[in-house]
Amino acid sequence: MSIMNETKSASFAVHDKQASLPRHHAVIFIGLLAAGLIAPFLLAPIFVMKVLCFALFACAFNLLLGFGGLLSFGHAAFFGSASYVSAHAAKVWGLTPELAILCGTLSALVLGVVIGALAIRRQGIYFAMVTLAFAQMVYFFSLQAGFTGGEDGIQAVPRGDLFGLLSLNSDLVLYFVVFAITAAGMLLIYRIIYSPFGQVLKAISMNEQRAVSLGYRVNRYKLTVFVLSATLAGLAGATKAIVFQLASLTDVHWSMSGEVVLMTLIGGVGTVFGPIVGAAVIVTMQNYLATFGAWVTIIQGVIFVFTVMLFREGIVGVISKALKKPF
Amino acid sequence: MKKTGFLLTSFAALLTAASASAQDIPVKIGVLTDLSGVYADASGPGSVFAAELAVEDFTRQSPGLNVEVISADHQNKGDVASSIARRWLDDDVNAIVDIAASSTAFAVHELLRDSNALALFSSAASSGLTGEDCSPHSVHWTYDTWMLAHGTGRAVLEAGGDSWFFIAPDYTFGHTLVEQTSAVVQENGGEVLGSVSHPFPGQDFSSFILQAQASGAKVIGLANSGQDMINAVRQAREFGVTQGGQSIAAIMLNIHDVHSLGLEASQGLLFASVFDWNLNEGTREWSARFEEKMGTKPSMMQAGVYSAVLHYLKSVEATGTTDADTVVTNMKDTPTDDPLFGKGRIRADGRKIHDAYLFKVKEPSASEGPWDYFEVVSTIPADLAFRPIEDGGCPLAQ
Repeated sequence: MSIMNETKSASFAVHDKQASLPRHHAVIFIGLLAAGLIAPFLLAPIFVMKVLCFALFACAFNLLLGFGGLLSFGHAAFFGSASYVSAHAAKVWGLTPELAILCGTLSALVLGVVIGALAIRRQGIYFAMVTLAFAQMVYFFSLQAGFTGGEDGIQAVPRGDLFGLLSLNSDLVLYFVVFAITAAGMLLIYRIIYSPFGQVLKAISMNEQRAVSLGYRVNRYKLTVFVLSATLAGLAGATKAIVFQLASLTDVHWSMSGEVVLMTLIGGVGTVFGPIVGAAVIVTMQNYLATFGAWVTIIQGVIFVFTVMLFREGIVGVISKALKKPF
Repeated sequence: MKKTGFLLTSFAALLTAASASAQDIPVKIGVLTDLSGVYADASGPGSVFAAELAVEDFTRQSPGLNVEVISADHQNKGDVASSIARRWLDDDVNAIVDIAASSTAFAVHELLRDSNALALFSSAASSGLTGEDCSPHSVHWTYDTWMLAHGTGRAVLEAGGDSWFFIAPDYTFGHTLVEQTSAVVQENGGEVLGSVSHPFPGQDFSSFILQAQASGAKVIGLANSGQDMINAVRQAREFGVTQGGQSIAAIMLNIHDVHSLGLEASQGLLFASVFDWNLNEGTREWSARFEEKMGTKPSMMQAGVYSAVLHYLKSVEATGTTDADTVVTNMKDTPTDDPLFGKGRIRADGRKIHDAYLFKVKEPSASEGPWDYFEVVSTIPADLAFRPIEDGGCPLAQ
């Protein structure tokens, strides 16, 4: 509860006054686009793709927490189940990658409707616990169901040919496909945030009772944003399965739900670009600190503690406050 | 005179060329393992050190190669393992060793299939690595589920344990072990009275142990590992399983498990393994070096890393290249011989075979001190210890 109150006061202090699209966002988007186009030539494409997948996942999560005011502790369920479905579709049904990703995303949508419809009936910590409980069910399903391969996961998923034409076996070609998917997902999230729907969401998360008294059907809005967030998290998971050619229990485990919270908090809850920064920070740590062994988790923990103690608005939140502009 | 001079110069030229080519070969070995999670004791930092020991021993004898050992923590996540391995491939890593946990092992297995690097699995258990999905670039070193199931199953049967009840964790590793061990028991005239799956990880085994006791089976087979198995053994003791005339067979037992259980609780356990530090002079000497740095005796996985790296380096030196296909062919053609696993060989399907042993955990009074836990009951010859090559269905074997 306290986290959510913090985030509200942190993010909306910035966002309140500006309902229209801030102009400097266009500049940032162009900057990100340029960075995304150059990145695979400077860094390992596979690494950048991983950052992109997690950035989209964190942005989807941020849509729910930062703008809908709903803290889900079970987002791994959507991310992971979509990655399983996508991997299965590509490997066993032999679908082309775009159809496999679509299948995965749709499965997350369906799961989002089911879990969301039940979870939004509760607020605060209870909401978080209900989502966690459902995510655990999805985890046990994944552990037991035959097609997921248990702890071996689904391995050797073919990357296939995009639209049956373009082979994705080259990391660079795949990179631009993943980049396009992520960019589309993020633009969609951005559009949602600054739509009238997004404004109503903001109103609901700030004062639900008042929104009800103004005549809004609050639950519909909550369910819609939940499903949107779940679907986009699914899109990220489904894409990741194609990138790494595997789907495993890691993606449905509760610690993945925790990781996405961490990414969003470090980057800045309720900021548009924060989750991208947060995802980049965490994924970079996991990759480049891997040689330090046990220190990865300890360093992650220390960074998390520092973030919570010193700058609760997250990296981007702090910059945003200093420049007095919403990012 | 002229002729001798010519011969001498050409000989000298040849010599410098040979040593130059060996000097020029940089060999990079990546130890990809669990440095922080559940497998960190049995593999982890000990595996990294075992690889360093192998390099040290190899370069002492033949200083030709320029070997570098790097390591990373795959955090038991398939995608982390996959991205580290990809980065290593870009950095010209020639062999990736260890790889605990099966999802990470399979990820590396598939990734290296089409690359110019070899995977030397010494910690992963799944016999699927040398089954239908076998890869020309994978060598499965220490042990596998088939070996554990058959080694323990057959040996316990021979000792008169002809009726079994299994307690297994509810995931693939456990199901596979139960399936494979049941097959052995039934093939050899024993019977399986039942099995029960427990949630993973498990703390309370009381109801499962009561079921096992009620079944009247002579042997209770524990198909779990690590902390689960420690909990199960401890509670079985509290329920007086062994006093009731039943014996416990642990299908996957590690020396570190016994170390934390204590001999009082684990005495009499039967299990199959391929290594113990106290087997012979060679293993004792090596293990002493290991213990000096790491503070514990090595596990079979860590011993496997040493043996695998040593054999790999020998083949690199013999072929004068790090080209994956050339080296792996040489590795399979050359019999293996090292102080830890004795003589053995690598089959066409990538399975490394060597003798296995049936061990029994000593009684506290028979133990001479810390780490003196096991006595050899019988030796399982290499050819019988592992799955026959034709049963695996590996396309490389045909």
